[in-house]
Amino acid sequence: MSSTPSPVWSNRTIKWVDRRLPIFSMMHKELIVYPTPRNLNYWWNFGSLAGIALVILILTGIFLAMFYTPHEDMAFASIERIMREVNFGWLIRFIHMNAVSLFFLVVYIHIFRGMYYGSYKAPRELLWGIGVLIYLVMVGTAFLGYVLPWGQMSFWAATVITSLVTAIPVVGNDLAIWLWGGFSVDNDTLKRFFALHYLLPFVIFALVFLHLWALHTTKSNNPTGVEVKKPADTLPFHPYYTMKDAFGLGVALIVLCFFVFFYPNYFNHAINYVQADPMVTPEHIVPEWYFLPFYAILRAVPDKLGGVVLMFLAIAIWFILPLLDTSKTRSGRFRPIFKWFFWLLVADFVLLTYLGAMPAEGIYVTLGMWATGYYFFHFVVILPLLGWFEKPLPVPESISAAVTAGHEKEAAA
Amino acid sequence: MSTLTRIATAAAVAAGLTLGLGAVGAQAAGGGEGPGLKRPYWSFEGVFGGYDEQQLRRGWEVYAQVCKSCHVLDYMHYRNLEQIGFTEDEVKEIAASFEVEDGPDEWGEMFMRPATPMDEFAKPYENDAIAKLANGGVVPPNLSVMARARDGGADYIYSLMLGYRDEVPEWVLEHDPNFELPAGKSFNAYFPGYAISMPQQLFEGILEYPDGTEPSAEQMAHDVTAFLQWAAEPELEDRKALGRYVLVFLLVLTALLYAYKREIWKDAH
Repeated sequence: MSSTPSPVWSNRTIKWVDRRLPIFSMMHKELIVYPTPRNLNYWWNFGSLAGIALVILILTGIFLAMFYTPHEDMAFASIERIMREVNFGWLIRFIHMNAVSLFFLVVYIHIFRGMYYGSYKAPRELLWGIGVLIYLVMVGTAFLGYVLPWGQMSFWAATVITSLVTAIPVVGNDLAIWLWGGFSVDNDTLKRFFALHYLLPFVIFALVFLHLWALHTTKSNNPTGVEVKKPADTLPFHPYYTMKDAFGLGVALIVLCFFVFFYPNYFNHAINYVQADPMVTPEHIVPEWYFLPFYAILRAVPDKLGGVVLMFLAIAIWFILPLLDTSKTRSGRFRPIFKWFFWLLVADFVLLTYLGAMPAEGIYVTLGMWATGYYFFHFVVILPLLGWFEKPLPVPESISAAVTAGHEKEAAA
Repeated sequence: MSTLTRIATAAAVAAGLTLGLGAVGAQAAGGGEGPGLKRPYWSFEGVFGGYDEQQLRRGWEVYAQVCKSCHVLDYMHYRNLEQIGFTEDEVKEIAASFEVEDGPDEWGEMFMRPATPMDEFAKPYENDAIAKLANGGVVPPNLSVMARARDGGADYIYSLMLGYRDEVPEWVLEHDPNFELPAGKSFNAYFPGYAISMPQQLFEGILEYPDGTEPSAEQMAHDVTAFLQWAAEPELEDRKALGRYVLVFLLVLTALLYAYKREIWKDAH
């Protein structure tokens, strides 16, 4: 598996270039013959999908930036102009709007896949940590981007979220003024948000490069959690996984295009088509769906500073997942009790998403506290204890052994 | 298979909690004291939906004779009317019936001239202050994005047009015995808070349709709503037409990719 010899290039131009900059050899090694565990299931499709979603967002975003005007009096109208006057402007903008939802959806599946199959365990701690960092920058980028249309929800989301820093003791208020570039969310805030929204996707791109570098160093995890031991455990990336990823991409594009062409505003709040008005506060200020679980955690704490800290901890805790999970067995497939707690965590996360969309009153507040409590209980108490109490099932000796065993089971049935 | 069972269980638990909570929440909010939105048939709904040009032109008639005196249609130009079936000459004629400010001319003066198809729709008020003065302290909102800017979209606009009541209904007083309509406001069953600044506009027979359609309040509400939907989403027909091609293409492509993937993997499992 390790050192696949570089191919001997016969084309003279390629040979000339490759001697001086081995870009063809590198692509051959990392994209074509790259040894990939032969047993990856469809849950492994979501990493490449996330990468493609990022590329779609960057490309459509560049074209939008050519027509968008970051000014408090013109931003809203410039987007209406994109939708009405610019050739296929509506298409580019609707793809950009909906691809964000696709991006977050596939990234959430990608993250939870990693949690189920123990993809964060040694030697993949850094790979995992870079992934969490990517998610954090994504959250920032998506928030900044949502402000740019300068609708009512844009403005008030920006106000609510940037005001969170005022909870920081001593420097909080000065920090908020520094962030805004003024004494409230205004034109200068919009301009810097635009600048940063253009910058951060390229930061994500760089982080994705590191993520892939770490991945190709430690190699992919797989459903058994057993490391690759011999050539029979692997398949070359091309054509096996290029084709599997292409099929997955087809399915993802069908879902994306269904929304883009037929329900383009499904994930949007209607009120964001009302231009920002600092004098009128919307009745409910609700973030986009992909922020809802963390919004629910933010609101579960009556104290503002406590809520902010807990919200960030909810994501930061993923960084130390390799420490919290004490089990020696990597894949959840061989952990009979962990499995159930994993799906309970998923249900808790979905519940938090729902609660984040509800008004902060009555039963929702109580439930929000319990769901938040359980979220942290899972990571801080259940995971460390499970490693001690749980008796894992026997793990197959190798990937190929597991694959063959599967065939025997099928043959017997 | 067991993974699928667990996914199903988690989904069922989540769905159960969510639905249960939704029911509790709806009760807690005391929801549904007002009537639900009216949901008439719209030609532009669904994957194959599109606009009915005849209806859009009737809607323009209602807009031009009723709404236009107070509401702007920002971001729209007279030339856009060609999209709903007016000929170039008709659009020129419509545009020319409006005066827009232009200038400065060579003497540095602003002047008025008849609008051309390239001009934006004329605005009813010079500025917000005058608009407020003329409308009881409220600026009549821009209508060109209204169908996108309200939950319920077209259904909401239609319901609002027909939601006026001469007296405050019983169900409002049952919910809030102290409800009183402020002076200068009208009661509308669908407006948040029920007290709307705009008086009822659509009464049977206030205008005549050039195509001879009976101008009932419902008919006019339906037509003007369709017109406003078009104003908000002029790209809708192009979008859906392209979308149908794209989806068919993607379905075929993805099916082929799946078959090809199976072919490649047949010896590898």
